[in-house]
Amino acid sequence: MGLAEVTKEEIKFSDKLLARIAVLKAHFPKGKHKSALLTVLHEVQDEHNNWLSVPVMDKVAEVLGILPIEVYEVATFYTMYNQQPVGKYMFEFCRTSCCCLRGAEDLIEYTCNKLGVEEGQVTADGLFSVKTTECLGACGYAPMLQLGDYYHEFLTPEKMDKLIDVCRVGNVEFYSKV
Amino acid sequence: MGKKILLEHINVPGIETYEVFRKMGGYASVEKALKTKTPLEVVEEVKKSGLRGRGGAGFPTGLKWSFIDKKSGNPRQLVCNADESEPGTFKDRYLMEKLPHLLVEGMIVSSFALEAHLSYIYIRGEYMWVFRILEKAIKEAYAAGWLGKNIQGSGYDLDLHVTCGAGAYICGEETALIESLEGKRGNPRIKPPFPAVVGLYGNPTVVNNVETIMDIPWIVNNGGEEFAKFGIGKSTGTKLISASGNIKKPGVYEIELSIPVEEFVMSDEYCGGMQTDRPLKACVPGGSSVPILPANLLFKTAKGETRLMTYESMSDGGFATGSMIGSGGFIVYDDRACIVRNTWNFARFYHHESCGQCSPCREGTGWMEKVLWRIEHGFGNIEDIDLLWDIQRKIEGNTICPLGDAAAWPVAAAIRHFRDEFEFHIRYPEKVKDRKHFEKEPWEQVKHLVKKEDAVLV
Repeated sequence: MGLAEVTKEEIKFSDKLLARIAVLKAHFPKGKHKSALLTVLHEVQDEHNNWLSVPVMDKVAEVLGILPIEVYEVATFYTMYNQQPVGKYMFEFCRTSCCCLRGAEDLIEYTCNKLGVEEGQVTADGLFSVKTTECLGACGYAPMLQLGDYYHEFLTPEKMDKLIDVCRVGNVEFYSKV
Repeated sequence: MGKKILLEHINVPGIETYEVFRKMGGYASVEKALKTKTPLEVVEEVKKSGLRGRGGAGFPTGLKWSFIDKKSGNPRQLVCNADESEPGTFKDRYLMEKLPHLLVEGMIVSSFALEAHLSYIYIRGEYMWVFRILEKAIKEAYAAGWLGKNIQGSGYDLDLHVTCGAGAYICGEETALIESLEGKRGNPRIKPPFPAVVGLYGNPTVVNNVETIMDIPWIVNNGGEEFAKFGIGKSTGTKLISASGNIKKPGVYEIELSIPVEEFVMSDEYCGGMQTDRPLKACVPGGSSVPILPANLLFKTAKGETRLMTYESMSDGGFATGSMIGSGGFIVYDDRACIVRNTWNFARFYHHESCGQCSPCREGTGWMEKVLWRIEHGFGNIEDIDLLWDIQRKIEGNTICPLGDAAAWPVAAAIRHFRDEFEFHIRYPEKVKDRKHFEKEPWEQVKHLVKKEDAVLV
């Protein structure tokens, strides 16, 4: 990816992102702007191919005026922050009990076979990755997956085929709008 | 149709927008509270309602509010816990997607009652599109004068913001949530001091679940006594139940806290009966942390009384023969489900979600996951059942926060009620090699294998 070799100085956040960070910081009392860290990391990750490299995290620390370690310890604790490059379209399947009762395991197998990857892997073209996650709060609409900011629910192999097709042509809702 | 408090207007087109919500009487409780009541009077009204925390613990809300420290003079804070992550629970998401302004309204009235001037909604990071819905609702509320300085000319000021997590079940625990809201890892704090005294930024803080907060406007509008007319005894009002698993109609239902469990599962108004009319095998009635109940203890208590959807009836019989209503995450299993596999699945969840602070939980959840994996996959030995029992006992009560208990209870209950099934896995490993073993050969057809040998052994 090359990103890992770049230095913090070479990382540039867009004006839009910086403006958004300023808004988020302003939600907290003076001196407590570290509170914005989790939300900021989501926004930063969205602008950096859905993962957080060390230089990107260092840049976050600089922008928020906190130590790099304060960013690392948070980024490594929460599962939604990716420390490694991921596929452009990362299918995050819920694998917890309620989804399994409704065929989640079959669907994960089906998707892995279709894409020729195992759980946690990225396809050779970098387009897709399959990940399993713990309960996403969609137990009644199982089986389901998360893609970007959105949930895809009541999935079947046919719906999965369609979803993969629309991803291939880049015609899928991904980030929700501010 | 049962009486609705929260979902009364759920089918009104556009109810998620400010205009329609307002037209349907939204924000009336803010006007009433700010203009005609003192904060203390609102607290009293909530106490009279008997409302209990809807996040899972069921602690009386008015009482929780009355504990907030006023002596220190530090600013008080209200935080709404929208970190819904208990497996089986998806009601808060439904409420926030459909009725975002009801949450904002509830936050204003509740903040007023607590005399808080800066409040937050902490939502799980996965619900990012809901985060956006709430952001929009808050913006609209500011524009309409329901938030900010001197709300509706009352002299009361309140700022409200939404912030998010990033995938950590533990942040649903209130002190972990506070840590996370401060921009840190979600490690629960040692109590005491309780958040009511030392919470967010060291200030007195109340943390309430989404549904709890959303009940407040109705209570202010109609009075606590009216609310208490619904339900039975100390289970007042209505509760949202998230129903999932092998039922015909999974979804979110508002029930009066009094209906029989059997009615909830079997009637067309709610779950609509079993998914493919197969026999009911078990149920986890209140989210993954509460004890699983076998079919024979679900509709009737051990004493043979009708089991009701109330805090008291659901826990009738204690952990020996009862469970808990918890978060209302109601998971139903038919005879194709494997209890060992389900327990392994839950143990994996808790292992993944343990924050790692306390050894019994950090290590114990991992051991339980491993031991359950090997039993489920046909590699267990007969001592493993007692080993599991021993591990869960050593976790329970020995951790800073209740995640340890939450991890231990499902394992204990599974062994308590389904020990035969564990033995079956161990003694007939070739029969459980296929993960769909009970789908092909339901438990009822094979259980004689362990029962018969038991008889021989005796």
